[in-house]
Amino acid sequence: MNKKVPVFCMLLIILALPKLQAQEDLLELLEEETKDGNSVNYTYATFKATRIINGQSVENTAGGVLSFIIAHRFGKINDGFYELFGLDQSTIRFGLEYGITDDLNIGLGRSSFQKTFDVYAKYKLLKQSSGAKNIPVTLSLFSGIAATGVRDLNPDGEDMFSSRLSYSYQLLLARKFSNNFSLQLSPTLIHRNLVRTPQINNDVIALGAGARYKLSNRVTLNAEYFYRFENENLGNDTYNAIALGLDIETGGHVFQLHITNSRGMLERYFVAETTGDITDGDIFFGFNINRVFTIVEK
Amino acid sequence: MKNITLTIIFSLCTIQIFAQGKYFTRTGHISFFSKATLENIEAHNQQGTCILDSENGEIALSVLMKGFEFEKALMQEHFNENYIESHKFPKSTFKGKIANFDEVNFQDNGKYNVKVQGELTIHGETKSVESEGILEVSDNTISAHTTFPVAVKDYKIKIPKTVINNIAEVVEVKVELELKPYNR
Repeated sequence: MNKKVPVFCMLLIILALPKLQAQEDLLELLEEETKDGNSVNYTYATFKATRIINGQSVENTAGGVLSFIIAHRFGKINDGFYELFGLDQSTIRFGLEYGITDDLNIGLGRSSFQKTFDVYAKYKLLKQSSGAKNIPVTLSLFSGIAATGVRDLNPDGEDMFSSRLSYSYQLLLARKFSNNFSLQLSPTLIHRNLVRTPQINNDVIALGAGARYKLSNRVTLNAEYFYRFENENLGNDTYNAIALGLDIETGGHVFQLHITNSRGMLERYFVAETTGDITDGDIFFGFNINRVFTIVEK
Repeated sequence: MKNITLTIIFSLCTIQIFAQGKYFTRTGHISFFSKATLENIEAHNQQGTCILDSENGEIALSVLMKGFEFEKALMQEHFNENYIESHKFPKSTFKGKIANFDEVNFQDNGKYNVKVQGELTIHGETKSVESEGILEVSDNTISAHTTFPVAVKDYKIKIPKTVINNIAEVVEVKVELELKPYNR
């Protein structure tokens, strides 16, 4: 009898043990259950806006959403107080951008700079993701056509409509490395049907690089540079485009404030025809304001 | 004596078999509703996971914040990026139990009003909460639903002054679950 009591107790403890373990933690059990759930984790918000500064970012306006973009570039800051540091002169671009789907954007705009109309399309081919589907980068294709409306474009020759056109093609390759840091490379081809002098090559090939660093949830620091590959003649007094800016997000708006050596807001003008010489202090202040309107709700 | 021991062992084993009474879902519907002066915001998540132990009334619930779908894409992005910070706090969880567990009979079909108490973790902040809900036992399924308020401030979710009229200070959270027997 005396011997049997400890044995009995032991048995009780042994039998009760698995039961206690089973109740250990339901949350951990849930964790285990969801671990093998093979879901794809898509990256979002690689950049805050559809443009890093001047150039396109991999971001799209979402499907069914219309975005209104007002952009300004003022005159040279080094023009001094007489021009109120460039604020007396401004160029403007109004643009509309619409997401046909989450992956396909179309847009159009009008710039006061060279009185240019532009239309474009951007398609997201690959989306950075982790989990069941592991894709390290987001890849978008961009293609745009611009037409200048300036009168007497070619006073020495025939004024053909085709002379007014220029084309831009870009591959946008971006990766969000961390929540704070994103980097994009943008190989770019610009073709102009008409250039200023016959010596200048009609095509410009460039590699763009853009990055953003999040200073807070709503403010990011952006930088962008377009390097043009040496070509027979890129044109005198043109420079590689450089820009530095801040994105500030407030609800439905994104404000992008920046300084750059480019005055134009279209690929042709900033990639191929940037006139500001940064070493001379030719810097333009500018901003983009993005406002979205949801047209089709999910 | 031997007989008594055997009986006890045997009865304990039987309890062990009944102890499997856990119910589980990975398609729980969790939604929230924010009613403010300028706009109403609604988001739905169909991937809530929940486990309920019918033996002791313990409940655990977990939901991925990125899985909430909004009617406007930008709302969804801001929710994740600016408010809930899902890169830092990917999940919200609840761990608690049915306070009036004695009144629920999981063997019989029927509807029960239940009181649930426990700890709710959102945005990395844990708070004790209490809510009333309805539990419905029917054959092999337990349906559960409840609605409770969540004060955004309690979970250190910052709302800037500029959007104070767009986001409610107290958000209504709704949980609808259909739990099936859990077999490992």
